[in-house]
Amino acid sequence: MNVKKQFFEGLITQNPALVQLLGMCPMLAITTSMFNGIGMGVAVIVILTCSNVVISALRKIIPGKVRIACYIVVIAGFVTMVDLLLKAFIPALSKSLGLFIPLIVVNCIILGRAEGFASKNGIGASALDGIFQGFGNMVALTIMCIIREFLGAGTFGGGLLNGGAGFQILPENVVALGMILPVGGFLTLGIVIAAVQYFMSKPKKSKEVAK
Amino acid sequence: MENITSLLSIALGAVLINNFILSQFLGICPFMGVSKKIETALGMGMAVIFVMGVASAVNWPINNFILVPNGLGFMQTVTFILVIASLVQFVEMFLQKAMPSLYEALGVYLPLITTNCAVLGVTLQNAQKGYNFGEALTYGIFGGIGFLVAIVLFASVRERMEFAKCPKCFEGFPIALVAASLIALAFMGFSGLKVW
Repeated sequence: MNVKKQFFEGLITQNPALVQLLGMCPMLAITTSMFNGIGMGVAVIVILTCSNVVISALRKIIPGKVRIACYIVVIAGFVTMVDLLLKAFIPALSKSLGLFIPLIVVNCIILGRAEGFASKNGIGASALDGIFQGFGNMVALTIMCIIREFLGAGTFGGGLLNGGAGFQILPENVVALGMILPVGGFLTLGIVIAAVQYFMSKPKKSKEVAK
Repeated sequence: MENITSLLSIALGAVLINNFILSQFLGICPFMGVSKKIETALGMGMAVIFVMGVASAVNWPINNFILVPNGLGFMQTVTFILVIASLVQFVEMFLQKAMPSLYEALGVYLPLITTNCAVLGVTLQNAQKGYNFGEALTYGIFGGIGFLVAIVLFASVRERMEFAKCPKCFEGFPIALVAASLIALAFMGFSGLKVW
């Protein structure tokens, strides 16, 4: 039951990106192709789960006053490992995400879960929390990627499917290049969050009416 | 002479062409969080300029004299973030003593400068691009000024937006993002600006 609740919180009701509005920088910057979005999502899941486990294990040892600094050191350690692993094994991803891999250190989702969940709960629950919250973030990233890639480049699954080129759905002369540029990032995220707020407020209202 | 032109082009690039917020997407969290009023936006911008400038100045020698000669380049992320965290702590103590009103106004967002991607971003970029000390310092300070310009512009738009009507589901964060996208569109015009 508890696991199920955690899963739904991570994916929908407490989705870190779309409801808690954490980790906006990578959300806007790298969501230009599906390859980037899923790569980033998986990197965040790995780092979030590992750092949650370690912080949860150390939660009774870390003194309260310097806890943020301790969390950051733990997170930075894992980020460095993932950065080096990606450079060695998936250089294409490392190249296309660039600066945003080391910048996962300052991704608010990870610090937020460390402070809000891992520092208060056991190791098992924290590990699950890391996986589910990370998964929710990955879903949000992928949605953004699909919309922006479709409207901006007319392709689906760029960098991943069809030998890296993606499937061309819209012809190239009708696409709006702006959707891949920063403008499209802000605009898409605004509309996606508005849609989420719309659907989230609906069931509540119907319940209130029923009461 | 060549030195000055290269510094100028870095400065102009950091403020207008490659603005940290609007074209590189670094520092979005404070950009969205502290932009409800012009005064707090201004204070935040000032604090960020200071932290970015000092972080660039401190991290450059650490990187070039300690990390790189000893083959510890892979420790950059960890070292830089530690330096930034302690710097922010220092700024916080200084503001608490010297400008209590600004300290109150910035509230929780001051410690959050630590997790402002723009600060870590600028020091990592300095290392990646191989800037010399002067260039790194210029990039840091003018990157901060670019942040200030963007956040103050955005705050003034948001102050007016309070009174505007918009669909219920767009209220708050989403409409702010749409406004940010329009500002980004305006800043895209600068991308045609070539300096020397």
